[in-house]
Amino acid sequence: MSLPPLPESAIEIDAFAADWRAAVRLSGEALVRSGAAKSGYADEMIRMIEDHGPYVVIAPGLALAHARPGPQVIANGLSVVTLKEPVRFGHAHNDPVRVVLGLAISEAGAHLAAVAAVANIFNDSSAINELAAATSAAEVQRIMGVNPS
Amino acid sequence: MKIVTICGAGIGSSGVLKVNAERALRALDLEATVVAAEVSTVRTVAADAQIILTTQEFVEAIGKTNADVIVIVNLFDTSELAQKLEDALG
Repeated sequence: MSLPPLPESAIEIDAFAADWRAAVRLSGEALVRSGAAKSGYADEMIRMIEDHGPYVVIAPGLALAHARPGPQVIANGLSVVTLKEPVRFGHAHNDPVRVVLGLAISEAGAHLAAVAAVANIFNDSSAINELAAATSAAEVQRIMGVNPS
Repeated sequence: MKIVTICGAGIGSSGVLKVNAERALRALDLEATVVAAEVSTVRTVAADAQIILTTQEFVEAIGKTNADVIVIVNLFDTSELAQKLEDALG
């Protein structure tokens, strides 16, 4: 199972976000930098949460921001944004969020292996703490199990 | 047996739930087909499902269904998943 590409350009360490929208926007901007998504993808990710609630906070401290495959997605990609100050998404159990993953999937149906690879990383519950404490993009890539780029 | 995992886009949380539910099922030695889907398709996809796995946000939108709706708090807590699946199937 292979993780979607996570180049250094898609990683931001110790970012500041005033609220959850800003945090999701940073994860979208990281996907734009790496060439996985267009700038409108962040709005789509935000709209998913506005429409359905903070369910993207999938584990304590961890949000998996994403929208549907569509014209705003260029290629499969993952981004990692760690936050200097945790932000609340309004989740009943898993707030506050310290690590935001951004996920862009170009084709519905072909994504499960990619999502499975993401899930496998976080089945080790220490991964979220390690990511939140990471001080470099290379360290994030190591924790996520990808070769440094 | 068919289990459907539901989230907003049918790719993120429902995908994670599918992977971890399959893991929990293996640990329980149970066989089931697990399908990830977005909430807007729940009526069709879950028409023949025994169990719907989801998070609290989607319970209302899923509405009336013949399947058991199981709400998962931490998608990575396979012991929570295994316990709730076992309770529903036991």
